[in-house]
Amino acid sequence: MAKKKPEGYLSAKESRRISRENRRITGEFEKQRKRKNVPESEYLTQMKDPNNAVEFDNLHTYFYTDVGTVKAVDGVSYEVPIGKTVGVVGESGCGKSVTSLSLMQLLQRPQGQIVEGAIRLNLGDKAYDITKAPNTVMQNLRGNYISMIFQEPMTSLNPVFRIGDQLNEVIALHDGEGKSKEDVKRRTIELLELVGIANSEGVYRMYPHELSGGMRQRVMIAMALACNPRIIIADEPTTALDVTIQAQVLDLLRHLKDKINSSIMFITHDLGVIAEMADYVVVMYAGRIVEKGTAEEIFAHPAHPYTIGLMASKPVVGKQVEKLYSIPGKVPNPVNMPNYCYFKDRCEMQCEACAGAYPHEISLSETHKVSCYRYYEKNGKGGEA
Amino acid sequence: MGINQGLGQGAGRYTPGDTAGKTPEELKQEQEKRAERVQKDLRAGPSAPKPGDDYTPVTYDPQYILMVNRLKKYFPIKGGMISHTVGHVKAVDGVTFNLKRGTTMGLVGESGCGKTTTGRTILRLSGEKTGGQVLFNGKEVYDFSAKEMRALRTQMQIIFQDPFSSLSPRLPVGEIIGEAVREHNLVSKEEFNDYIDQVMDNCGLQSFHKERYPHEFSGGQRQRICIARALALNPEFVVCDEPVSALDVSIQAQIINLLQELQEKYKLTYLFISHDLSVVEHISDTVGVMYLGNLVEYGDTVDIFKNPLHPYTKALFSAIPIPDPTAKMNRIVLEGSIPSPANPPAGCKFHTRCANCMEKCKHEAPEQKEIEPGHFVVCHLYDK
Repeated sequence: MAKKKPEGYLSAKESRRISRENRRITGEFEKQRKRKNVPESEYLTQMKDPNNAVEFDNLHTYFYTDVGTVKAVDGVSYEVPIGKTVGVVGESGCGKSVTSLSLMQLLQRPQGQIVEGAIRLNLGDKAYDITKAPNTVMQNLRGNYISMIFQEPMTSLNPVFRIGDQLNEVIALHDGEGKSKEDVKRRTIELLELVGIANSEGVYRMYPHELSGGMRQRVMIAMALACNPRIIIADEPTTALDVTIQAQVLDLLRHLKDKINSSIMFITHDLGVIAEMADYVVVMYAGRIVEKGTAEEIFAHPAHPYTIGLMASKPVVGKQVEKLYSIPGKVPNPVNMPNYCYFKDRCEMQCEACAGAYPHEISLSETHKVSCYRYYEKNGKGGEA
Repeated sequence: MGINQGLGQGAGRYTPGDTAGKTPEELKQEQEKRAERVQKDLRAGPSAPKPGDDYTPVTYDPQYILMVNRLKKYFPIKGGMISHTVGHVKAVDGVTFNLKRGTTMGLVGESGCGKTTTGRTILRLSGEKTGGQVLFNGKEVYDFSAKEMRALRTQMQIIFQDPFSSLSPRLPVGEIIGEAVREHNLVSKEEFNDYIDQVMDNCGLQSFHKERYPHEFSGGQRQRICIARALALNPEFVVCDEPVSALDVSIQAQIINLLQELQEKYKLTYLFISHDLSVVEHISDTVGVMYLGNLVEYGDTVDIFKNPLHPYTKALFSAIPIPDPTAKMNRIVLEGSIPSPANPPAGCKFHTRCANCMEKCKHEAPEQKEIEPGHFVVCHLYDK
């Protein structure tokens, strides 16, 4: 009698087959990436709208793991306009961070690969497709055009180098042509003062462990701003901080953004922070965008059941509720996604149509888009899927 | 004599140097005196105020399950070659509050302000206290012997912050939850399995989860295991040390609802430590705001959130992000960061960052005052 195998069980044979297949696929991607002297024409592209700093177009980022392919980002499209802040919200594991890492080309390779789609980056006079850009070009773009503030200020600074040295390195590497050591140091001190560190000369000589969490996050921000990037990716920059320090850091980010006229991609799971910072909001669930729109639209008229649930489950100061709403169930297994709407099993507003294929994106207004069957009829597009 | 000279002061200490040149009678008398001194020390117990203490002992009021009076906990800073104490980190420095039966008290503040140490000191989990009183059901927690303390542990439990590191990775979940139950002989052997099943069911876990190990669970489920472990002993009082900080928003709501359901069912009393003010407002009946080891404001949740009095509370509340993009905020941004608790500022500890700092604040530490009934604040602004 066959013993009942637990869910997700793989035989050794099956597992070997998957890893062999993975090696073949990722090997091809890597070969493509490692070519030398790629002509610029191959990754030169045209922006859809010249007022956008970045356009994500149908981005697919997969991870080829030994238990199967994880579709971490599965067809994500949105734009970051110049000088605006876009907030990306979602539960952990929904693909927020992977989207931003795709933009930076910092994915864990060879397992993580951009399989399909384009990320167009506006460089002013021309535009590059990040997904096709080779490593040498990326090295130039990172820091100068795109930079990232990481989630944990505790672990993202090197503990054995002084703050000043770590900042100097960034400037010397990206912006150091024709600059003497003194010039670089002057710029570093200037940056430290820009992010509101009073004792900048002292901090220049300190090690990361001598600083508090808020100060370290300021140093990280200074590092990200070192070369006046066009896009700052802030990946949960305040999650590890207290409310009062969070308020300081958010204030700082807002002022600096206006000062150097860049765009911010703000990733967080705190809806309060999003409401305060973002002009546009993108809500992600299980690797796909379920709803996007301006901050006013999303917060005043949330359309997707997931967005509504997310907002109801967060207690708000000054609003008394007897019992918090909690979204039932849990996120589906990323290796084995269902072929209907990913949220259907947790949704309390589902209808008959929900059993069909994954819903299309429906426009509720020019900027407000939602992927849900409930809005098909209202737009006269019923039965399209 | 010689090097032992200075050591002969303590009661009951063996001092060979002193025996030189003394008759046996003298020695016997001295011994008796010493024994008397030791006895006296034991009788008086640590709860009676010593000359150096600056608190007046409180009398037990049966409506309060927990009475904390000027509780202090200092941690020594070791330094130098022979690691002698060179200073103290004043983690908790004179905290006073009373907690009614069946209610929830929220404790908020920045990280490093002593919230967690307060919780642990109340449960006698971080060694001896430095001063003050903790009365649990009218009895001083620090007076119990080791054996009595063991029995008391069934009545006071804690849910730790991080569900990822507070569960032993080598024990199956059934054992994690049941270990203490077996140790304290709370139920008979025959009923043991059913009892654990029931506890797990109450906390939203399935009975087949018993055989599994913690790594097989998600963050929310692990926190449920932690809650089940605390509640298996049928406690009266639970310290929840940031139970939802490590969880996602939707899971947070599940755990908060679970805690509230269990409170209604078993009439539990919670001390809810968190830095998330919106969660604290939702779950608590009373709120205490801590700053650098002091409770600066304490009162009913409604009073505190409607009418915050202390400048720090005001700044803290103004920093809460509100999920409404149209809301206009008058944010009070505090300059600088929290001073070192090893070397706190003189006078009012908040005066270095306070917008309403007066000359008096720099020299004189304010006392706790009752502004409205049940609403206490520690600030010179409200001196009459």
